[in-house]
Amino acid sequence: MHELPVTEDILRIVAAHAQQAGATRVTRINLVIGELTSFIDDSIQFYFEMLSPGTPAEGATLHFTRIKTRFRCRRCAQEFEPEGRNWTCPACGALGGDVIAGKEFYVESIEVT
Amino acid sequence: MSKQVTPGRIPVVQKLLTANEQVAADNRDYFAAHNVTVINIMASPGAGKTTLLLATIDALPERRIGVIEGDVASQIDAEKIAETGTPVVQINTGGACHLDASMIRGALPALPLDDLEVVFVENVGNLICPVSFDLGQSYNVGLISLPEGDDKPYKYPGIFEAVDLVIVTKADLRPYLDFDLDRFTELVHGLNPDAPVLCLSAKTGEGLRDWLHWLEERLG
Ligand SMILES: Nc1nc2c(ncn2[C@@H]2O[C@H](COP(=O)(O)OP(=O)(O)OP(=O)(O)O)[C@@H](O)[C@H]2O)c(=O)[nH]1
Ligand SMILES: [Mg+2]
Ligand SMILES: [Zn+2]
Repeated sequence: MHELPVTEDILRIVAAHAQQAGATRVTRINLVIGELTSFIDDSIQFYFEMLSPGTPAEGATLHFTRIKTRFRCRRCAQEFEPEGRNWTCPACGALGGDVIAGKEFYVESIEVT
Repeated sequence: MSKQVTPGRIPVVQKLLTANEQVAADNRDYFAAHNVTVINIMASPGAGKTTLLLATIDALPERRIGVIEGDVASQIDAEKIAETGTPVVQINTGGACHLDASMIRGALPALPLDDLEVVFVENVGNLICPVSFDLGQSYNVGLISLPEGDDKPYKYPGIFEAVDLVIVTKADLRPYLDFDLDRFTELVHGLNPDAPVLCLSAKTGEGLRDWLHWLEERLG
């Protein structure tokens, strides 16, 4: 449900950048979404198809790059990806770490003609 | 004549939801100007958010408390709070799974902020979505009830990483459940070493003192 304001945000950002470049048509929108955010590709796609007609982004392909959660061990600074119930640092055995990736949520680039 | 456009890739790198963050920043300034501490309470449906608020109001009669209730629909929780004589405003999100900053802004005129020192926001019951929407709060508190199980940090790391305090509710049910509080605390601290983990029962009052102490320290 909260993908609606998000999609509006995407369209606003895309239109502004397309206009700035003097482009009339956007063919592709590259989004980066961290695994820790609660945003769902299909749902953004759904609202995109509903809201994009009549905008420069009409007909554009949405491309999602998903970023996996990454921890940095607080004891030994090793970086690793937690998997399910395995949050143990592979180097020293400490549990968990500072989240250094997985919270991304941005428009990376657009492709225009 | 339209300007020539070179087809190609335009780098953007622009964060989403900045509109919400802007309104949240305005709310934060507004609360600061009124000297009001705002506590955003996030948890699953039925974790015991309203019950804890009622126990808190009961325990702190001298504190000037206000409440913002967020629910998909209904006034039920706001009515319970209103019965205590506490100023309360109900937000119905009409289907949305979280509160956002503009809903909070819309609710503010209904609260006598000049007369309040703390506002509790009971977010919509959901462990995922509210985390992504800053409201302008001073602190985030995550509640989890014992029956939900001690593996929740694995499944919903986002909320446990975002909160300033974790409260395990319904402590009176501990004899009947296999919730491993030590294991749970270890997991929470694996993600978020700065968040204390408290265990309390709003029904029996067990452990409530630790929560009130945490709160009073922040209200000054
Ligand atoms: N045994 C026990 N039950 C509790 C406790 N706190 C709340 N409950 C019960 O749990 C149920 C849900 O409590 P609420 O306070 O309404 O939970 P909530 O998180 O506000 O629920 P929603 O607003 O519907 O998401 C009620 O039946 C409460 O009586 C507690 O400390 N111990
Ligand atoms: Mg409630
Ligand atoms: Zn390590």
